[in-house]
Amino acid sequence: MAVVVFSSALAQHTGGAGRVEIEAARVADLVKALCERYPGLRGHIDKMAVAVDDEVHSDARFVRLKPDSEVHFLPRIGGG
Amino acid sequence: MSERKFKQVGTRPIRHDGLEKVTGRANFGADYSLPGMLQGAVLRSPHAHAKIVSIDTSPALEVEGVKAVISGRDFPIPTREGDRQQYGDVPDLANNVIARDKVLYHGHAVAAVAATTIEAAQRGAEKIRVEYEVLPPVLDIESAIAPDAAILHDDLVCQGPAPVPSSPTNVARRTLLSGGDIEQGFADSDVVVEREFTTPMVHQGYIEPHATVVETLENGNVTIWCCTQGPFAVRGLTASVTGIELSKIKVIPSEIGGGFGGKTTIYLEPLAVELSRRSGRPVKLVMSREEVFRATGPTSAGRVRVKMGARKDGRLVAAEVVMYYEAGAFPGSPVGAGCMCALSAYCFDHFVIDGYDVVTTKPRVAAYRAPGAPIAAFGVEQVVDEVAERLGLDPIELRLLNAVQENDVAPYGPKYQAIGFRETLEEARKHPNYSATLGPNQGRGVASGFWFNAGLQSSASVHMNEDGTAIVTTGNPDIGGSRAAQAIMVAEELGIGAEQVVPLVGDTESAGYTDLTGGSRTAYATGMAIIEASQDIVRQLRERAAKIWGVELDGVAWEDGRAVPSNGAASDVEPLNLAEIAAQMGATGGPIVAQAAVSPPMAGPGFATHLCDVEVDQETGKVTVLRYTTVQDAGKAVHPSYVEGQMQGGAAQGIGWALNEEYIFDENGVVENPGFLDYRMPVASDLPMIDTVIVEVANPLHPYGVRGVGETPIVPPLACVANAVAAATGKRFTDLPISPPRVLAAIDGD
Repeated sequence: MAVVVFSSALAQHTGGAGRVEIEAARVADLVKALCERYPGLRGHIDKMAVAVDDEVHSDARFVRLKPDSEVHFLPRIGGG
Repeated sequence: MSERKFKQVGTRPIRHDGLEKVTGRANFGADYSLPGMLQGAVLRSPHAHAKIVSIDTSPALEVEGVKAVISGRDFPIPTREGDRQQYGDVPDLANNVIARDKVLYHGHAVAAVAATTIEAAQRGAEKIRVEYEVLPPVLDIESAIAPDAAILHDDLVCQGPAPVPSSPTNVARRTLLSGGDIEQGFADSDVVVEREFTTPMVHQGYIEPHATVVETLENGNVTIWCCTQGPFAVRGLTASVTGIELSKIKVIPSEIGGGFGGKTTIYLEPLAVELSRRSGRPVKLVMSREEVFRATGPTSAGRVRVKMGARKDGRLVAAEVVMYYEAGAFPGSPVGAGCMCALSAYCFDHFVIDGYDVVTTKPRVAAYRAPGAPIAAFGVEQVVDEVAERLGLDPIELRLLNAVQENDVAPYGPKYQAIGFRETLEEARKHPNYSATLGPNQGRGVASGFWFNAGLQSSASVHMNEDGTAIVTTGNPDIGGSRAAQAIMVAEELGIGAEQVVPLVGDTESAGYTDLTGGSRTAYATGMAIIEASQDIVRQLRERAAKIWGVELDGVAWEDGRAVPSNGAASDVEPLNLAEIAAQMGATGGPIVAQAAVSPPMAGPGFATHLCDVEVDQETGKVTVLRYTTVQDAGKAVHPSYVEGQMQGGAAQGIGWALNEEYIFDENGVVENPGFLDYRMPVASDLPMIDTVIVEVANPLHPYGVRGVGETPIVPPLACVANAVAAATGKRFTDLPISPPRVLAAIDGD
């Protein structure tokens, strides 16, 4: 199962859980499952960049997850 | 990847756009004209904060030559349905382009006029009657977050982790990152340094003001000529603001006289579109320098408090960083990026990074080169310097002891892949400038910096001419040498010279969708698309050679720009060069064209270390930069001269930010220095030759190892200069700019 590591800010919506294991094939599935488990995450993680196995994607919805993938949600970064 | 032996990558060919630029032939935004074109003028708010009670535009139409007048009411009410995630909040953008019900800064657009001459347009604008209900301006962070602050947006509710205000507020968002046990970290520290820093609002200072020409046709089609970092962004945002179907808008980017992030959004285009629609004629709008200062997006003013603890052995243990960034009139300061960058160069077991996005009645901020990072680094890198001083350690040695490297965890979550921070520190320590002798009243500073490199979407097309030369087209305006780099990449793959490749910037109908030139992404992401398309061209060239020789594809190899026999096939034939194959395109299958599209993850981040020597005039307080050295990891420098130029340009802008630049507002929120005479940017005579050292630690995500290089170089200079001045004076300067009066006051304080 993929491991999701939450920042301290997002952990406010997970009852304080900083690491969560979840079964999902793609990031979109993972986001859906997380929002069902922790409704407070809705509206937050679906607008964030996602790091999957240390590669950061601006729009990660269709990025496939490996059984041992590690996932982080990050603020989206722009640039000049 | 990095082991590949390059023939073109790493060379320094003459830039493809050079001749047109040095001879004045290149067309910038204001250079376009069309038959029957009208000139536009914008009426701007005389107040920093006011409700618009009424607008009467009819008197303007009575002015001879005026053909159209518009106000905010002439645009659709903006909705969030049109939000494009990569470009921010559309309603806020629309309300910034032209105010509807409320003006939120002095200079906010209120109405616009198109007329047969610019004088008539300006006279028409002066005739417009606007009744305002003036409200108190909110001009700094302290007054914005005060309990009795005037609220800019009645519907603004703070987002982010608790505790945040639950009622309308001027704090738009809180960002929080943390790890370990911060209290324990400080308890375990032998040395703790704590300081608060402030930086003023500053502008990118691009030399070319915003300009656009718009033509609308009877069928509703719109063509926009403008100077921009992203024609597709202009198309999408203009569609959202005007309500015009995206497919009816064509954007043709001009040459661009600097952007640095400031031309990643729109200001004039929707106004010109609406004026053109109403008048039935092309309309040109060009900002004055004063309008650029008053009504486009500078970067945030910031307040940063840094507390840092370290052990006697030099190990950094704990850091707490609290940051407030001004967003100007609408939410969206780069404080989130500031949070992610603040401590990303060093390993801390215990940290808290707490950031607040605060609205004020000032121009809405826009991106500026590594948005948010220089402000954070100004505080953090000075405290790192002071920790080194307190421990009696060399500042580079302390940084080396704590520098992040591959597989270290960034404060924002993931692990770093291959990065070159330590290498920049080692090179800086070896540089002769680090051991140069200093005289009286002179001091040396060191600072490092970190910035992400964006990925996003890119496409490229490559096609062959009949004579064997090639053309590459992308949708990225060239703001920092991308055309030369793109030509080099095509040349590298095809095995020809970069001068045999013509790099073009396409418009939104001739190039595939491409995100804007920004975020240090173009050489990285668009470069990947170019390499992929070029490799497809090579495959096709081999196919054509195979057809000419009557062999299978695997009987043809591509070497040094020629098809050569391989695998023992066709060993009796002469190699075919590119021109010979291209000349036979018609007989072998038709034109040779290729395209590719990518949407890669963010590139490996870039790190830099800078050195600065200054001399402080004890009588005037003037700081003179004697030597300045930038060392940066470029991954792989495709055109080293351009990489060096980026490093020097970023350093120059950062030095200006450190020593002189600031928006000065009066008590009513009016910018008092909206011109280059009073807004002092460094010119060539202010600076020494900036020395550069390129470090190349390959980015594993790019086929050549390329990292973006455009933004990282502006991250260290603010702190680097401040550290040098501190070394020269014995005074720590925590407020920018470090201008002569401020220096003199500190010296006289003795």
